[in-house]
Amino acid sequence: MFLNKNRFFSNTDLIGFALLALLIFVMLPVGLDVFRLNLFGKYLTYAFVAIGLVLCWGAGGILSLGQGVFFGLGGYCMAMFLKLEASSPEATKIQSTPGIPDFMDWNQIAEIPFWWQPFHSLTFSLVAVIIIPVIFAFIIGVAMFRRRVGGVYFAIITQAIAAILTILIIGQQGYTGGVNGITDLRTLKGWDIRTDDAKVILYFVNGGLLFACLFIAQIIRKSKLGRILIAMRDQEDRVRFSGYDVANFKIFVFCAGAAFAAVGGAMFTLQVGFMSPSFVGIVPSIEMVIFCAVGGRLSIIGAVYGALLVNLAKTTFSELFPELWLLGLGGLFIAVVLAFPNGLAGIYKDYVEPRIALIFKRKMHIDEDVSKYDPLEAAAD
Amino acid sequence: MFADYSMGELGAIFAMQGFAGLILFSVFVLMALGLAIIFGQMGVINMAHGEFMILGAYVTYLTSNLFSEYMPALFSMYFFLAMILAFIVAGALGMFVEWALIRHLYKRPLDTLLATWGLSLIMQQIYRSVFGAREVGVTIPEWMMGSLPLTDTIEIPINGIFVMVLATGISIAVYIMMFRSSWGKQVRAVTQNRVMAGAVGINTERTDRLTFGIGCGVAGVAGSAFTMIGSTGPTAGQLYIVDTFLVVVFGGAASLLGTIASAFSISQAQSIMEFFLSGSMAKVLTLLTVVGILMLRPQGLFALKLRK
Amino acid sequence: MSDTPKKPNKQMEASRRSVLMGGTALAASLFVPKFLRAADYPTAAVNTTGLAVTDDEVTIGILHSITGTMSISETGSVQAEKLAIEQINAQGGILGRKIKYIQEDGASDWPTFAEKAKKLLVNDKVASVMGCWTSASRKAVLPVFEQYNGFLYYPTFYEGLEQSPNVIYTGQEATQQIIAGLNWVAETKGAKSFYLLGSDYIWPRTSNKIARKHIEKLGLKVVGEEYYPLGHTQFNSVINKIRLKKPDVIYAIVVGGSNVAFYKQLKAAGIDMTKEKPLLLTISVTEDEIRGIGGENIVGAYACMKYFQSLDNPNNIAFVEEFKKMWGDEIVIGDVTQAAYLGPWLWKAAVEKAGSFDIDKVRAASPGIELTTAPEGYVKVHENHHLWSKTRVGHAKLDGQYEVVFETAELVEPDPFPKGYQ
Repeated sequence: MFLNKNRFFSNTDLIGFALLALLIFVMLPVGLDVFRLNLFGKYLTYAFVAIGLVLCWGAGGILSLGQGVFFGLGGYCMAMFLKLEASSPEATKIQSTPGIPDFMDWNQIAEIPFWWQPFHSLTFSLVAVIIIPVIFAFIIGVAMFRRRVGGVYFAIITQAIAAILTILIIGQQGYTGGVNGITDLRTLKGWDIRTDDAKVILYFVNGGLLFACLFIAQIIRKSKLGRILIAMRDQEDRVRFSGYDVANFKIFVFCAGAAFAAVGGAMFTLQVGFMSPSFVGIVPSIEMVIFCAVGGRLSIIGAVYGALLVNLAKTTFSELFPELWLLGLGGLFIAVVLAFPNGLAGIYKDYVEPRIALIFKRKMHIDEDVSKYDPLEAAAD
Repeated sequence: MFADYSMGELGAIFAMQGFAGLILFSVFVLMALGLAIIFGQMGVINMAHGEFMILGAYVTYLTSNLFSEYMPALFSMYFFLAMILAFIVAGALGMFVEWALIRHLYKRPLDTLLATWGLSLIMQQIYRSVFGAREVGVTIPEWMMGSLPLTDTIEIPINGIFVMVLATGISIAVYIMMFRSSWGKQVRAVTQNRVMAGAVGINTERTDRLTFGIGCGVAGVAGSAFTMIGSTGPTAGQLYIVDTFLVVVFGGAASLLGTIASAFSISQAQSIMEFFLSGSMAKVLTLLTVVGILMLRPQGLFALKLRK
Repeated sequence: MSDTPKKPNKQMEASRRSVLMGGTALAASLFVPKFLRAADYPTAAVNTTGLAVTDDEVTIGILHSITGTMSISETGSVQAEKLAIEQINAQGGILGRKIKYIQEDGASDWPTFAEKAKKLLVNDKVASVMGCWTSASRKAVLPVFEQYNGFLYYPTFYEGLEQSPNVIYTGQEATQQIIAGLNWVAETKGAKSFYLLGSDYIWPRTSNKIARKHIEKLGLKVVGEEYYPLGHTQFNSVINKIRLKKPDVIYAIVVGGSNVAFYKQLKAAGIDMTKEKPLLLTISVTEDEIRGIGGENIVGAYACMKYFQSLDNPNNIAFVEEFKKMWGDEIVIGDVTQAAYLGPWLWKAAVEKAGSFDIDKVRAASPGIELTTAPEGYVKVHENHHLWSKTRVGHAKLDGQYEVVFETAELVEPDPFPKGYQ
């Protein structure tokens, strides 16, 4: 590794990363057909959001119930580009105005509005996928954190923002596709994203981006910034009195979470082939928090497993026992909160790791001393 | 838009529009009071608040069926009994939930949000299994569904008056309980300093349980009253949750007076904007304004000075 | 409400027997042999594309929401489709093969619909799919059906503006449903001014757009147009606006939970629909919705669609009886439920005409398929994959049923891309 090993990656972290990489890049692609693999690709897009939430919530103590907003904005930016490409005059010649997206035509909009125009460019769209949600998060963050809005209030206000955006998208259907969303996306620069080959490639791109985000998140967590975040979560005033500008750190981590969510949203659009307001609203936003909570709010790798596991369970159980599923999901939330506040990662740390440590006692000896006093674990309540 | 109308007609419309705003105000107060008690006094975020309201609605539905089956003569009066039952059932369930779930989480307010969200899913599924996925039609006594013609052009819906009277009554009852009874003193003492309250001999556990129960009970009554104006189905409770939380937060969490003031301003703003704009845009603008003001004044309209 | 039959054993036998009795009459009018033996149609010949067809079975998919907010609406469709499948099987199935269905839950979530559609087509290789309800779910599955060449029967009345080679639309598209009703209310009731109202999404908006154009074509006036977010429960302001504008007709396309709130508040505000001042005309309230609204809150309103449970014809009387036998006496049947019931029958007719289960052959055979046994009467598949059907106006009664007060003399031609209405 080029990075300073002791500082950013302990041995346990490296093992965790390696196992996850093994699962995502080897086991799943080998073991699953393209259809299932694409499903897992979809689940992994939620993992982006969950990683962002680990940073904001687990490390920073900021619970956002509006991550769907950023997921959605990222996804919509991508979808706008793909939709423009799919709306070539030849493909849409049945419309009264060929060459514009179908939903605009249905709403008597005769030309593409100015703010859609830049999305003809792939470069702009890719930049917008990250920049627009981040700017949005920045505005929210500045407004809230500078005024020391936190905790429950922040959660409820972000929830309201999710509600507002949903109503807005649905209401402005001529420009946004309304409740149906932006559907029937076909090609990316002429490359058909609907074929099986494309799905496999997109899966790997998705996995690669996920790991990029994981590395960034790990560095943030283990850097001085991460430690300040945890200090803030536990004793905000003391950090402030020590001369740190608490708000800036919060804004930064909130923006980072938004950027991760946005990348997830864009990859979602690419893999699923459409984007709709049903990923922006309150319910999906809370579900995303659940993925994070189940995986363990303190562990970025746990968050990935959480997203995979909850979604897998959702698909499987909702097929087998549609009635029991909701009861099970509800019970899962309660169980996680009551019995396992640190989720899967907590269970792993408490029950599995000590055993592994016993086996490798000698090998792990040096690292243990470092990780034992990891404030992340020490701070777990 | 007003050019074609006489002054008399305009006056009538404005009177009725004002009245519509008052009804919306009462609806908001009913929705928010239970939550204000729980969230404001205990700091618990009860995401299942809407489901407790729907529980009240289902209790009303069952009571109406019972009456039309066995006591059709008394049917016109069943609603009052239904509301009392709704309070008892929702309140009892609330106390049970507090005992089983909430009391373990007082130190982690954000976690109550997740746990109660889980609870809301479970309650929805139970409603669906018991009552079916479809909305149930609650038959309202005929006298409550009409309107009172005040003049030729002004008509006042009776259920609106009923909701207003109820909202006033419950607000007064809650006020008396909170500020004039010894229980209220205990609740406020526990809110302000849990440890000290315990030290002077207040049974904080019992106080918490009762507070949560009463909050849920008020939600049940609200749900019962809402069968007159809204739908009763397994997922209907979710429609209310954002509005409710915004009302409470906008008012300043720990202040009941703030909740009422915020319900008033939000309802009037929405009602007026709905009249001049389309419904969707009115909703967006109202929410935006509230969020905007909250960003400027995060503690809400009326805030208690608490030491953080 | 569950989607498993009550008392399955007894009921199924009973319904089978009566189906057989009714089936004689039904089959005679279908102009196809009653019992086609599988031996006459070797699997290799009727299934050249690897669909899930064996010597004695053919598998289809049912794809609706069992959970989530849409399960309220979609339950009826699932029930109707299962009834049709059972009846077809009791008559000997299709080309001598019994229909087996795989049911998937779309969970009111559009990507889940797309996901399950793909599963049905790719993993299960189903020969056709009965499913979807909302436009959003249909839009989500559409690319999947086109990519993997599946065949979908879609039951809901909807906004039109779509014509996929992979979908048969068994509900009415917007112009079919709207224009006849507006003509009727203008001619019979002398309506001059209209107030358009709807939930804020694509179907009400598109429908109101068509309504507005048509109203203006008739030389009449639209005095207001208004949309509320889905799930909105406070309608006092719009009711006041309606009072102010004094329209002759309130044209309401409110859906879901909002429906209940709207009609209750309308009644409470003293607008008595039985007096028809103003008259209320809706295209979104079927008998199913009235169960939630309560008959006493909507009595006197008019609804415009193609099917009402109270239709008085032998097909419908038999259908209602069978439906209640299978799913319980309490049940009511709305427009979409009936349209869903048509799906399996239309598919059966198309397969038998094609003599094959191959999607391409079924598609080629579909236009021109007639169904004289439909509960709504005679229907016919148009070149554009929609149905020719009659449009009717019903008058809501206190018991939650509609009394049919008008029906178009001829079948109305489906026109999903109406010229002059866009």
